Amino acid sequence: MSDHLIDLVDISKSFDGQLVLDEMNLYIRENEFVTLLGPSGCGKTTTLRIIGGFETPDTGKVLFNGADITGLPAYKRQLNTVFQRYALFPHLTIAENIAFGLKIKKKSRDYIRDKIKYSLKLVNLEGYEDRMPDSLSGGQQQRIAIARAIVNEPKVLLLDEPLGALDLKLRQEMQYELIRLKNEIGITFIYVTHDQEEALTMSDTIVVMNQGYIQQIGTPEAIYNEPENAFVADFIGDSNILDGIMIQDRLVEILGTRMACVDAGFGLNKPVDVVIRPEDVELTGPGEGAMDGVVTSVIFKGVHYEMEVEANGFEWLVQSTHMHEVGAHVGLRVEPDNIQIMNKPESEDEKAVELDV
Amino acid sequence: MKKAFSKVYLLLVFLFLYVPIVIMMALSFNASKSRAVWAGFSTKWYEELWRSASIMDAVKNTFTIALISSAAATVLGVLACIGIMAMSRRGKTVTMAVNNIPLLNADIVTGLSLMLTYVFFGISLGYGTIVFAHITFNVPYVILSVMPRLKNSSRSTYEAAMDLGASPVRAFFAVVMPEIMPGIVSGFLLSFSMSIDDFIITYFTKGAGVNTISTMIYTQVRRGIVPSMYALSTILFVLVMVLLLITNFAPAAKSRDDSKKGK
Amino acid sequence: MSDRRSTRRRLLAGPYIVWMVLFTLVPLAMIFVYGFTAPQGGLTMANILAVGQKENLKALLLSLKLSLLCTVICLLLAYPLAMILRSNTKSSASLIVFIFILPMWMNFLLRTLAWQILLENNGVINTVLTFFGLPKAKMINTEGAIVLGMVYNYLPFMVLPLYNVLTKIDDSIFEAARDLGANSFWTFVRVTVPLSVPGIISGITMVFVPALTTFVISDLLGGGKILLIGNVIEQKFTTTYNWNVGSGLSIVLMIFVIGSMAVLQIFDKDGEGTAL
Repeated sequence: MSDHLIDLVDISKSFDGQLVLDEMNLYIRENEFVTLLGPSGCGKTTTLRIIGGFETPDTGKVLFNGADITGLPAYKRQLNTVFQRYALFPHLTIAENIAFGLKIKKKSRDYIRDKIKYSLKLVNLEGYEDRMPDSLSGGQQQRIAIARAIVNEPKVLLLDEPLGALDLKLRQEMQYELIRLKNEIGITFIYVTHDQEEALTMSDTIVVMNQGYIQQIGTPEAIYNEPENAFVADFIGDSNILDGIMIQDRLVEILGTRMACVDAGFGLNKPVDVVIRPEDVELTGPGEGAMDGVVTSVIFKGVHYEMEVEANGFEWLVQSTHMHEVGAHVGLRVEPDNIQIMNKPESEDEKAVELDV
Repeated sequence: MKKAFSKVYLLLVFLFLYVPIVIMMALSFNASKSRAVWAGFSTKWYEELWRSASIMDAVKNTFTIALISSAAATVLGVLACIGIMAMSRRGKTVTMAVNNIPLLNADIVTGLSLMLTYVFFGISLGYGTIVFAHITFNVPYVILSVMPRLKNSSRSTYEAAMDLGASPVRAFFAVVMPEIMPGIVSGFLLSFSMSIDDFIITYFTKGAGVNTISTMIYTQVRRGIVPSMYALSTILFVLVMVLLLITNFAPAAKSRDDSKKGK
Repeated sequence: MSDRRSTRRRLLAGPYIVWMVLFTLVPLAMIFVYGFTAPQGGLTMANILAVGQKENLKALLLSLKLSLLCTVICLLLAYPLAMILRSNTKSSASLIVFIFILPMWMNFLLRTLAWQILLENNGVINTVLTFFGLPKAKMINTEGAIVLGMVYNYLPFMVLPLYNVLTKIDDSIFEAARDLGANSFWTFVRVTVPLSVPGIISGITMVFVPALTTFVISDLLGGGKILLIGNVIEQKFTTTYNWNVGSGLSIVLMIFVIGSMAVLQIFDKDGEGTAL
């Protein structure tokens, strides 16, 4: 028996002849916080809706605990969804909203009352039973939507950009709230977002998607530190993405300068993509680094300065706590293990990894 | 299964609505005046249509009344909307309540009440009394279409226009007017068609000798309808159908592609 | 400064307010003047009480019965139709035009008259029935024919508000209901219907009032033998020239119209409704 709770097998889906998902395969383990991350139109929401039962895939199967649920209607699935725009029933009170699913399942009155109380406590909105949804703020409505979903004790909670409509501060608060909730009720969360920061903060596993393909699956650390292709590198955080040539194992040439790195197995003189995070570029005195450059702009960002440095014809993005004046001559140095080497896309399919941002 | 049901259901509704219309159209080509006998295909009722002075008079009356009354109602209504927006809450409520009376009241009562008033004040019934009556029931439709637009039109653009040196009147025509224009157009069209289709109120407020298409048909019902009326209605119907086809399908085909761009 | 400006702007409503007074309020007052006076002059309640006379009361009750029947049938026919149109996002715009706007351009009287031709004893339907060896049905000049005519004329007024209110409901609301375990039936009962109450109410108002007060449909399809309250009032003005009783009965009719709206308002919690 595997520990897979949900398996997506060869899922394809197109709308009006436009392919949204192409033979996608993905499994989700029990009690995992999985985030589907990608730009709009990447197929993440469609994936979620297929799991939720709101869309039927054109091909492929959805397995739940190993059983095929592809044709099972949404109302028979052991999952619940938190919708992007909350989708609270405007004609029902908060308590009636939360009780909706339980009443359908013909639970006893006492059970329902207890559950309402418990769930409102869980989302920190005790005493809101008799309010109407439209009298609540966006953040509060979102908490009610979560409460309404989890009282049904689903095996999996699907969240479709639940924080998208909230302002920045509330969004950050809700991120911690969601992590706490996840730990308290101990179920699987599948979370859809286009916000990389949300994904990095909350997830156990991130699935990066673009144009209907999965680009990379991994822990937040792995996704950030070892992006598998230029798309992931560019989408997650800021980065310097350069053309390079792998001269031999552990030696790469970037912008005409040979630099030591830790990657191997690419072959000899192979064109590659090179990713260097801006915080990994160290600024030294001129002549002391791998190459020399001139600072062209400086912006104070609070915790660090963000500078652009022109060196060997490339505009480097550099983050540092030390400020260098515009026009200052500097040297650039990168530690070998901070240089990330990636294969260039080859096949037609991998077109998807090209940057269109 | 569900799809099949909706298709059948739509088809039945279509038949229900269109069979009587098709029958009218067929009768307009019937050589006999009798509606029970099909005496062969003929276009003579169409030819007679142009020769009948009384029918042509009714057509002229119907369209001029509709045009004058909906134009007047549009001017009155748009001015009223601007005025109502500037009113206090209480004034707004009272005005809107009175405005809704012709919409909610029974047509027969509206028609009768106007007739009683005309007669009481010694205004002789005729063309003018119909126009006044039509303006009365048309303004509420204009206000209903323009008011929501005006409410949604942003105050800030109007103020921005004045900030840039436009006088209030100029700012209104430059900024607010374009925003509420769709409401004005639909209000005008709505009242125009309401006016054309009206029978009951016209019936009570018209004088002897003045007829619209509707009242003419009604007086003919007992004596037997002259099939030229079918011909006339067929022409109007086809005319409107062509107009609707042009205005509805040309832009609809375009916007459809944009609207259906799922994730 | 701005006060003066808003006063000036308020003046723009002046012409229409004068118009409303002259052509809406004064005429209403005239109905009351005639309704509460005797032809010879002097106040009287007799015109109102005339509704108690046997034939008047019969007509009023029949009007209530047929218009209620028409309203119920319209609601039952229109609801599925509005749901179908709502789910049919692609072509609904053009469908609506063809279902509701276009037929209105065939004259209302002629459209109703067409049903006469369909329902007559030697009419289209009976001809079809005889062709199949079935007995002829007596359809014209019955109460059923009048209800049919009412439904035919007023169905669009029920569908439009229903459609408007249904399209405003976000799809995710229905999905949420399904997500929480409601099948189609429960989604309909617990979510769709409660959320469409404002549309139901304006639909009922827009169908019930004209059906209650019509005199044309009963004239054309009832053969002049079945009298509704509208026919009685119309005759008081155009054939028997008893304007005072006619006005009195009109007041009674208005009371029923206002009463029905008041009843409906109770159900419309938001008090907004959806005017067209």
